[in-house]
Amino acid sequence: MIKFFLMVNKQGQTRLSRYYEHVEINKRTMLEAEVIKNCLSRSKDECSFIEYKDFKLVYRQYAALFIVVGIDQTENEMAVYELIHNFVEVLDKYFSRVSELDVSFSVSEIHCY
Amino acid sequence: MPAPIRLRELIRTIRTARTQAEEREMIQKECAAIRSSFREEDNTYRCRNVAKLLYMHMLGYPAHFGQLECLKLIASQKFTDKRIGYLGAMLLLDERQDVHLLMTNCIKNDLNHSTQYVQGLALCTLGCMGSSEMCRDLAGEVEKLLKTSNSYLRKKAALCAVHVIRKVPELMEMFLPATKNLLNEKNHGVLHTSVVLLTEMCERSPDMLAHFRKVRQLSSSQLVPQLVRILKNLIMSGYSPEHDVSGISDPFLQVRILRLLRILGRNDDDSSEAMNDILAQVATNTETSKNVGNAILYETVLTIMDIKSESGLRVLAINILGRFLLNNDKNIRYVALTSLLKTVQTDHNAVQRHRSTIVDCLKDLDVSIKRRAMELSFALVNGNNVRGMMKELLYFLDSCEPEFKADCASGIFLAAEKYAPSKRWHIDTIMRVLTTAGSYVRDDAVPNLIQLITNSVEMHAYTVQRLYKAILGDYSQQPLVQVASWCIGEYGDLLVSGQCEEEEPMQVTEDEVLDILESVLISNMSASVTRGYALTAIMKLSTRFTCTVNRIKKVVSIYGSSIDVELQQRAVEYNALFKKYDHMRPALLERMPVMEKVTTNGPAEIVQTNGETETAVLETKPPPSGVQPANQANDLLDLLGGSDITPVIPTAPTTKPAAAGGELLDLLGDLNLTGSPVSAPAPQIAQPPFLLDGLTTQPLFNDIAAGIPSITAYNKNGLKIDFTFERSNTNPSVTVITIQASNSTELDMTDFVFQAAVPKTFQLQLLSPSSSVIPAFNSGTITQVIKVLNPQKQQLRMRIKLTYNHKGSAMQDLAEVNNFPPQSWQ
Repeated sequence: MIKFFLMVNKQGQTRLSRYYEHVEINKRTMLEAEVIKNCLSRSKDECSFIEYKDFKLVYRQYAALFIVVGIDQTENEMAVYELIHNFVEVLDKYFSRVSELDVSFSVSEIHCY
Repeated sequence: MPAPIRLRELIRTIRTARTQAEEREMIQKECAAIRSSFREEDNTYRCRNVAKLLYMHMLGYPAHFGQLECLKLIASQKFTDKRIGYLGAMLLLDERQDVHLLMTNCIKNDLNHSTQYVQGLALCTLGCMGSSEMCRDLAGEVEKLLKTSNSYLRKKAALCAVHVIRKVPELMEMFLPATKNLLNEKNHGVLHTSVVLLTEMCERSPDMLAHFRKVRQLSSSQLVPQLVRILKNLIMSGYSPEHDVSGISDPFLQVRILRLLRILGRNDDDSSEAMNDILAQVATNTETSKNVGNAILYETVLTIMDIKSESGLRVLAINILGRFLLNNDKNIRYVALTSLLKTVQTDHNAVQRHRSTIVDCLKDLDVSIKRRAMELSFALVNGNNVRGMMKELLYFLDSCEPEFKADCASGIFLAAEKYAPSKRWHIDTIMRVLTTAGSYVRDDAVPNLIQLITNSVEMHAYTVQRLYKAILGDYSQQPLVQVASWCIGEYGDLLVSGQCEEEEPMQVTEDEVLDILESVLISNMSASVTRGYALTAIMKLSTRFTCTVNRIKKVVSIYGSSIDVELQQRAVEYNALFKKYDHMRPALLERMPVMEKVTTNGPAEIVQTNGETETAVLETKPPPSGVQPANQANDLLDLLGGSDITPVIPTAPTTKPAAAGGELLDLLGDLNLTGSPVSAPAPQIAQPPFLLDGLTTQPLFNDIAAGIPSITAYNKNGLKIDFTFERSNTNPSVTVITIQASNSTELDMTDFVFQAAVPKTFQLQLLSPSSSVIPAFNSGTITQVIKVLNPQKQQLRMRIKLTYNHKGSAMQDLAEVNNFPPQSWQ
């Protein structure tokens, strides 16, 4: 099951966040900061799945934006990896060559997707 | 009031903020503006304000005051309002807020709206945050929408149904008829969500699972063939632009179907047979050049391993995993290692074939891969490959990150214990671990190692020599130093005499040995426990060494005034040994006999095996960790202390020197731990029953389950009986109840007899009470111990009968005790 879906940039600013399980609001910022720290410390050659607390993070980097999905043990990590890419492709089509700025300004539209 | 700014403006302004404080300021200002706007009940700009609020919520600022506004937006007629309103509801509201129930009516109306988009919104929101009450109310509407022909709505309704089932499992039956036709759709969206719905149903309820597996009489096909057909179409059909991802048709649907097949085929031969062909087809036909193909293959492998597939298929699956392992892409290797870990229990031999690749993964740079490879390597160690594997694992231990070291060290110890080809190899391996990762070794490893070393009698000289060499250079790693000091203390004479056969014997003098032990004592890096070990070791050497006894005496007396209480106590006692009891010293400090590996705890043995077998207790624990026996021994000495038995002692050791070693070792336990030396032994040997009584006032188990609340079982006519409970973690079906009877009236109660009866499934043992008189005014109590054996873990119930004499008349009462706390019997 997907626990959360985040788009965070390299400076740690959250561009989009969607939680599918209730997380306290102050814990959210902490979670996002820790998650981005984990992702930033990985090099290009390392694999995209990180074990974090009791779930897994699947992340993909697109320029300066990290898309991170938190999943639990029952999900297929590679399918989620593909899902992230699919999502980005859709955004690309919708915004014609999407960029981080588009994401920041059109948050509500992306949520609806 | 001027029109509130648009969301874009807000975002732009926030982006210009350069510090966190600036940003906070801007947001607070905007929040204030929004709040006043809400108060004014401004319909036109409400949508804008809520959108801004949602953005601020995403950044982490509280936005709860917008919840009611979201509701108002949902109730409005405009689509844009509804859209933002529902989005706000999904993000800001959840079951915990009371406000959410107000939405129910709105959602109900919207579910019946004419526009499909509005219906879609409502379904989305319900599926996202509907509580169980809402779901119950609206399930009927959802079910109706599940049957429409509009595929846009159908797929949303299916997902909503998944959420409803998760919240209210009883409603699953309601959705069952609608699922019959779901798989006949052409639209992939509907197919996908239907498969999700079916998966959820099958996972939640075994009845549903059975229903889906069996043949349906009327309809043309069962579920499994239907799924197989869909999957086949997906693979065989040509390029379909709307579902294509890198050359594969709708991989997400394929993965979902495979997962559902996995659930259907688990433990079921018929279904598994039906799937065998398609699984083989998917496994061979899928292109592996792209990641997508690999994702599908991964799911296929998982499915094959889980269902009752034929062996050819399993071999195919493991080969696929093997191919994954050799792939360059890290993600794929990680995935392969994870799945191999899952299958290693069942298909051990097949996985062994890939052992060398797995071991190579240990050297990878990636942390996740290393961790998986380490776990898998430990699972693969067996008697044949243990030497090779250990070499690799030790090398890994040298070079890995600190977070792995503890796990790796424990894993190596376990594997070495199970598969060690020879004692020398075992000891070498342990030494290697101690020297490389000594500070990460877990605390319980030290006593285990010590026990192992004493067991390998012929290796003592070799072991002590190697340990001595190890700490010569560096004595900062605590576990290593502890083990080394213990061994040097025990086998110091072997070390000095240079008797080692296995290795080149070292020439070590007694002074050098004492030097190293003293430096351990003095060093700042040594923990208190380690110093305790070192001091005891020095003391033991006083009998093994011949020329340096004076030096040892000096060292010991210095520590008699140490600040560390533990050290001081030991030093004082050892001093006493030198001064007053020098005749006992050789027997006391004799070599330890071979230890038995013990699974129960020492103190339990003290209770049952008093007197001569108490030596067994001490042998099972190296002296420094004998704290628990101290509690019991303390009691003994409290009871017996003060009795004037000193004349007896000197005779006992001189008459039977060999046997005396046994009883004196006993003394050693008490001596070390209590400091009041000698009144113990003779009474101990002479009066076992006394001790048993004394001991029963203390906890009988070492590993007491924490804090079971005590209850008042009976309280009438001034007589109060309290029950306190103890349970052992090692033997959970025994509950020990200690009853305490007290009397609050003005006259004593005499001839008090307590009887108890329990239901047939229990067994009861009543031990003798402390007395039969309960003094008045709560000035004393009678205690009695009851042991209850409850193998079936049923609720404890007890009927008690009390007879006593009070105020000259005989009283008798029957009562039932039902208020046992659940922790006492679960």
